[in-house]
Amino acid sequence: MATVETKSDATPLLSLRDLKVHFDLGSQSMLDRVIQPGRSKRIVKAVDGVSLDIRHGETLGLVGESGCGKSTLGRAVLRLTEPTSGQVLFRNQDLAHLSNRELREQRRHLQIIFQDPYASLNPRMTIGQIIREPLDTFGLARGADAERRVRDLLETVGLSQRFIKRYPHEFSGGQRQRIGIARALAVDPDFIVADEPISALDVSIQAQILNLLEQLQRKKNLTYLFISHDLRAIRHISDRAAVMYLGKVVELGEAKTIYDDPLMPYTKALISAVPVPDPKIESARKRIVLEGDVPSPINPPNGCRFHTRCPFAIEACREVEPQLLEIKPAHFAACIRISPDQPNIEKVAPGAAPGLDMNQKMNAQTS
Amino acid sequence: MSSANGNLLEVNDLRTYFETEDGIVKAVDGISFNLRRGETLGIVGESGSGKSVTNLSIIRLVPNPPGKIVAGEVVFNGQDILLLPAEEVRKIRGRRIAMIFQDPMTSLNPFLKISRQLMEVTQLHLGHTKAQAYEHAIKMLETVGIPDARTRVDNYPHEFSGGMRQRVMIAMALSCEPELLIADEPTTALDVTIQAQILELIKSLKEKTGTSVILITHDLGVVAGMTDHVIVMYAGKIFEQAKTAGLFARPGNPYTKGLLRSVPDPTAEQGQLYQIPGSPPDVAHLKPGCPFAPRCERAEEICHREFPPFVELTPDHHSLCHFAQEVFAASDGATNS
Repeated sequence: MATVETKSDATPLLSLRDLKVHFDLGSQSMLDRVIQPGRSKRIVKAVDGVSLDIRHGETLGLVGESGCGKSTLGRAVLRLTEPTSGQVLFRNQDLAHLSNRELREQRRHLQIIFQDPYASLNPRMTIGQIIREPLDTFGLARGADAERRVRDLLETVGLSQRFIKRYPHEFSGGQRQRIGIARALAVDPDFIVADEPISALDVSIQAQILNLLEQLQRKKNLTYLFISHDLRAIRHISDRAAVMYLGKVVELGEAKTIYDDPLMPYTKALISAVPVPDPKIESARKRIVLEGDVPSPINPPNGCRFHTRCPFAIEACREVEPQLLEIKPAHFAACIRISPDQPNIEKVAPGAAPGLDMNQKMNAQTS
Repeated sequence: MSSANGNLLEVNDLRTYFETEDGIVKAVDGISFNLRRGETLGIVGESGSGKSVTNLSIIRLVPNPPGKIVAGEVVFNGQDILLLPAEEVRKIRGRRIAMIFQDPMTSLNPFLKISRQLMEVTQLHLGHTKAQAYEHAIKMLETVGIPDARTRVDNYPHEFSGGMRQRVMIAMALSCEPELLIADEPTTALDVTIQAQILELIKSLKEKTGTSVILITHDLGVVAGMTDHVIVMYAGKIFEQAKTAGLFARPGNPYTKGLLRSVPDPTAEQGQLYQIPGSPPDVAHLKPGCPFAPRCERAEEICHREFPPFVELTPDHHSLCHFAQEVFAASDGATNS
C-alpha cells in the first residue's frame, strides 16, 4: 500500500513543530465587555498547532477550504506572518526565532510564489527590474552578470528575452505567474512556497504552470510546499498531501493514497465534492454533500473541529480533541472514530470510537 | 405560448461588439443555439471567450456604450427580445428570465436587509402586497435551505456566509418562478464543499420547477454533472456544440480536446500534464483564419489562412474546425482524458 517516498529522500528540509499563528482581533465593544466579561478577547486561531516535515526534493501539497489557515501557514513558514509560537526548523535552524538580519540571510533559500499575479508584481517596474531586484538585494550578481542571469531566468520560465523592458500590465495572467516564478528562482532557493499559484488562471494556462513547476523542480532540485484548494491539482503535483481544516492538519499521507483511499470523513467529502469532467462518472457517483459552512475560526468548536458538519460525529467527538495518528503505514489522520485496527469509518460500529483510547493517551501526554 | 418546436429560447447569429481604444472587440461574433424547455445548457470557455457577454446580451444588459448588440435575434417564447422596447424587457428580466452572478458578495446590496431585497422582486413583478411579499421571501429562503428562515430574513447580507449569500441570490432569482435561469459562474467564488451544495440545490430546484437553465462556467467538471447540452466558446465563437455525453465521450474539436486533457485526472498516473501552448487571443486583434490556430497542434497552413467551417458531425454535434471530421474520428473511443 503506502510505500514511502519515491523521488525524495527521507530527511526533512523543513520541519514545523507545533506551529501556531493566532490573530488578536482586539477587545469587543464596551457593552460586550460588560455583558460577557470573560469573552472580551477575540482570537482567530488561523494555524493552531501544526507539525509537519517537508522532505528534501518533495512536493508537499496543503489542501483545504478558504479560512482553514493554509495560506497563513505558508506565510508563517517564511515569517511573512509572525508565528505566535512553535518552531520552523530549516536545516535544523529555527527560523521562527532568528533576528531580522539572520532571517534575511536565510530567506535567500526560501521563496514564495503568490496567488494573484496581478497584485504581486510592482506595476512601475519593468520585468527585468522585478526579476533583478532579489539579485541586488542579496548581492548575488551585478552589472552585465546580473543582466545575463535575468535573461537566463526568463528563458527558464518560458518567456522571451525580448520582454525584459516591458511592464507587468503588458502580460497575461499566465505570463505574469511565470514572472513571479522567475523572481522566486532568481536567488536560487532550495524551498518554495507556492500559494495557490494556479487559482487565478484559465484552465488551459493552469496545466502550463503546473508543468513548469514540475520541470523546474527536477532541474533545480527544489522542494515545494504547494498550497491549493484544488484537489485535482494537489493530487497531480504532490508526493504527499496534508489536509487542513480550521487551523489543524487532519490528514496526511501520500497524495495518491489520500485521493484514492481517504480516511477522514472530511477528506472523503472534499474529494467527493470535486466535479469530474466525465458525465458517465458524474451521473453514477454518489456525492457526500456536507451540511453547513466552515465554522468561524474565532471560536472554533471544541473537540474535533469538524464535528459540527461530520456525518459520523458522536457525542465524544464534541469533547475529545483528536490527534494526528498513524492509522495506516505513513498515512495519518485525526479522528477518534478510527484506529489502526479499524481504519474504515464506514465499517466501525455505530457509536463506537476505536481510536478514543489512543487519543486520550496522547492528549494526556501533551497536556 | 412556446414556439412550435418546443424551444424556449432561440439565439440566432448573435453579435455583440465593444468599441474600445484598441479597436472593435467582437466579444460575441455569430452565436446561434436553441434551448428547449426544462433543459440545461452549459456554456464553457476561458476568460475573454465571450460566454458572459452572450448571456448579458440575451437579457439586454450589455453596457452601452461601449457595448452594442449589432446583429442577431434572441427569440424567447416566440418573441425577439432584441426588438422589444426597454420597458417590456424589464418586465421579462427578473420575472421570466432570472440571473445569478458569480460573486454573491457584490450582487446583494449591503445596506438593505435580505427581506427587503427579496420582497422588491415579487412586489414589482407579481404585485404582492408587503405582507405577501414578506411571507413569500421566507418561503423562498426555506426552499433554498436557509435554516431558521423566519429570523434570518431580517439579517443583512454581511451576516451570511458566501454559500448562504449564493443561496439568497438563488432564492431571489427563483422568486417569480422564471422560465429561464441564467447562472453565470455561480460557484466559482465558493469552496468545493459549498459548490457541491449549491449545484445540488440548482439541480433539485430545476427538477421541481421545470425551469430551463443556462449554466456558464470554466469548469468542465461542473458541466459534466449538470447539463444536457454544451457549447464550448473561444474568441467569441462557438467552437463545439453537442450533447454533453457526446462532447465528453468524443470531442470533435482540437480546443475541446486540449481542454479536456489539460485537467489533471486523479485516477490516472501522474506524468507530464497535457498543455495547450500560448494564451487565449486578444479578441481586438484577431488574425484571419482560425483564432485557435496559433495554439493548435493539429493546425495546418489552411488554418492560418481561412476561417474554419462549422461542421456537422452528427445531427446534434457541431465543430468549428477545418479538420473536424478527422478530429472526431480520431477521438472515437480513444482519448478523452
